[in-house]
Amino acid sequence: MRNSNNSSSTGNAEQKIPLLNDPKIRSIVYQILTIGMVVLLGYYLFSNTVTNLKRQSIATGFGFFEKEASFEIGESLIPYSAADTYGKALFVGILNTVKVAFIGIVLTVILGTFLGIARLSKNWLVSKLAAVYIEVMQDIPILLQLFFWYSFFYDILPPTREALEPMKGVFMSNRGLAFAIPEAHPAYKYMAISFIVGCIAVYFLRKWAKKRQEKTGQIFPLFLCSIAIILGLPLVTWLFSGAPHRMNVPELVGFNFQGGLNISPEFGALLLGLVLYTAAFVAEIVRAGIQAVSKGQTEAAMAIGLKPGQILNLVILPQALRVIIPPLTSQMLNLTKNSSLAVAIGFPDFVSVASTTINQTGQAIEGITMIMVVYLCFSLLTSFFMNWYNKKMALVER
Amino acid sequence: MDKLKNNIIQSDGLKAPVIRIGALQWIRSNLFNGVFNSILTIVTLLLLYKVVPPFIKWAFIDSFWFSTAKECSAGDGACWSIIPANIRFIIFGFYPHELHWRPLLAMIMMVGLILYCKNRDHWKKSLIYIWIAGLIIMGLLMKGGLFGLTSVDSDQWGGLPLTLMLSVFGMVAAYPLGIVLALGRRSKMPAVKTVCIIYIELIRGVPLISLLFMSAILFPLFFPQGVTINKIIRAQAAIIMFTAAYIAEVVRGGLQAITRGQYEAAESLGLNYAQKMRLVILPQALKIVIPPTVGILISAFKDTSLVVIIALYEILKTTRTALADPAWMGFSPEAYIFVALIYFVCCYTMSNYSRRLEKELHS
Repeated sequence: MRNSNNSSSTGNAEQKIPLLNDPKIRSIVYQILTIGMVVLLGYYLFSNTVTNLKRQSIATGFGFFEKEASFEIGESLIPYSAADTYGKALFVGILNTVKVAFIGIVLTVILGTFLGIARLSKNWLVSKLAAVYIEVMQDIPILLQLFFWYSFFYDILPPTREALEPMKGVFMSNRGLAFAIPEAHPAYKYMAISFIVGCIAVYFLRKWAKKRQEKTGQIFPLFLCSIAIILGLPLVTWLFSGAPHRMNVPELVGFNFQGGLNISPEFGALLLGLVLYTAAFVAEIVRAGIQAVSKGQTEAAMAIGLKPGQILNLVILPQALRVIIPPLTSQMLNLTKNSSLAVAIGFPDFVSVASTTINQTGQAIEGITMIMVVYLCFSLLTSFFMNWYNKKMALVER
Repeated sequence: MDKLKNNIIQSDGLKAPVIRIGALQWIRSNLFNGVFNSILTIVTLLLLYKVVPPFIKWAFIDSFWFSTAKECSAGDGACWSIIPANIRFIIFGFYPHELHWRPLLAMIMMVGLILYCKNRDHWKKSLIYIWIAGLIIMGLLMKGGLFGLTSVDSDQWGGLPLTLMLSVFGMVAAYPLGIVLALGRRSKMPAVKTVCIIYIELIRGVPLISLLFMSAILFPLFFPQGVTINKIIRAQAAIIMFTAAYIAEVVRGGLQAITRGQYEAAESLGLNYAQKMRLVILPQALKIVIPPTVGILISAFKDTSLVVIIALYEILKTTRTALADPAWMGFSPEAYIFVALIYFVCCYTMSNYSRRLEKELHS
């Protein structure tokens, strides 16, 4: 609460300002008060906590990282057993969170874009259906949706012996989904390598094509060539390495499926819930982004003789993306944060592993601090990306 | 006359425009305009045909409404009977059975107050006092202990009243805190600004669930021995802390939208900081951000469902408890659909209102 009349008072240097009314001194006093209050509150909580911890003889520090975790984790990307340390268990949790977030974000963006475009469709039926979907999904809490999908897997789907088979090689049961995947073969490794090589080649091709266009004005059919390279190279590799096509089909052994790719009900419910919920928000963002580009822009682009593909690429998308990307990243962050609700349906994400750790070691302060730090890292990374992107995409005004 | 008109038009070589009304014309222009759209319509209709009739058969034709669990298991329709059989537990939780009228009255009062606020003519200073009085009466109704009302321990609160209380009290308390944080973030004093930025970004960076864990596990450690704070109040504190950070960001947006001239004009009138903010800047800034604030209210309302995880008996938890009864096991979709309907009706009303308000305020 500073005195705002500082310009008039500093102008008259001879006139003595009463000490209490000097805005500079006031501001310093207020700041000292604020810091003092924060420090005092912090000290009060800290000292209470220390005495409470002593009284309850709870250990402090991150020494438990090295101790044996002695709990199993349902699914893990890296080999893990109950004999491993807490540190490794928590790392498995982080990997699981990243896995859900990554797959979830990819699917959400695809579904959300699709729904956003459907919402703007000239087809009344499609547009209204999309609107209903968006409204309903936005208005039901994500946790309720997660519970619903989890119960869908457990209560509605049949046991493994009577598993539904909607498509050949896909089994749905209360043990989750089982897919047929191609059998392991060295050819797939080579295909992955050739895919990466293709992407790098396209990157340089784009650079070269842009340079050539600036120099000579000739336009290179970049889009078709890029697709041909990125898809063609792996295909050629596949053909040359003997075109393996055997599938690894899941089979019922005992009570569960063996082979193929298994998706547990926990992971399936979490992913389904997160994607269906967040896609509704993404759809609204996409719709707003497309509508933000005025019709005049399209007409102006047509008037200077651009083709439809060029209009989309050079005029509409750059402007729409500028509107879409910032709220989209915050939705991606929301999805990552909401993935922490996995703890409610028993998927071993980071929060769930951390809360097991808290229960076993009793070290709640360290556990909750870790949860906060991990999610803060996710959001800091996102905001770094946002700042970089905003700088790159910001309107260059001349 | 008509003939004459027709003659004139025909003589000019002009035709009257084809009138595009009628159901058939509407279908043609909205569903079958072009090959692609026609295919899309047909595919969508086929999909709807596959999904909707079985659903209606399940939910309405084959369904049970007031039967026992055994009859439900025999049939293959939806078993809505789970809701009437458990309705009082789902709505009121462990609140003493004979006293259910009190939370019911409190809820009716709260809804009444919210409906009263909908009319913008009622937005006066007296509204604040009405709200404070209303909240106190509601608290009294829930808690009892005065005026001959039996005291009910807050551990027994639950269900829909708890959901409403957590969200409404959370919003009411978080709003002033959010404004203070937003003003702090816009302050020119570096220490104040830093404290506010750290708070806002810290809270916005972590999931609500970590704050709820904190309220459940850490808060007891923060206070000296002997001081115990009720579990509901701790969860409420976490929700307030969380919501305040989001409100602060929304209010900051409003503050940024106020032009410099307004600040300067207020200063040249000789108003001090508090007067300037209270009389000139905030009334304008808060008006701009009403629609996004309603958005935050909606998400705060939805987020109260997360207290399930720290085992507070709000409506989702009471529903799950009812489902854990072996007699009613396996009918979770029906129960969840019922709770989803409650949430949907509340949120949809709010978001509709916010959209209408946005239009009104714009024009």
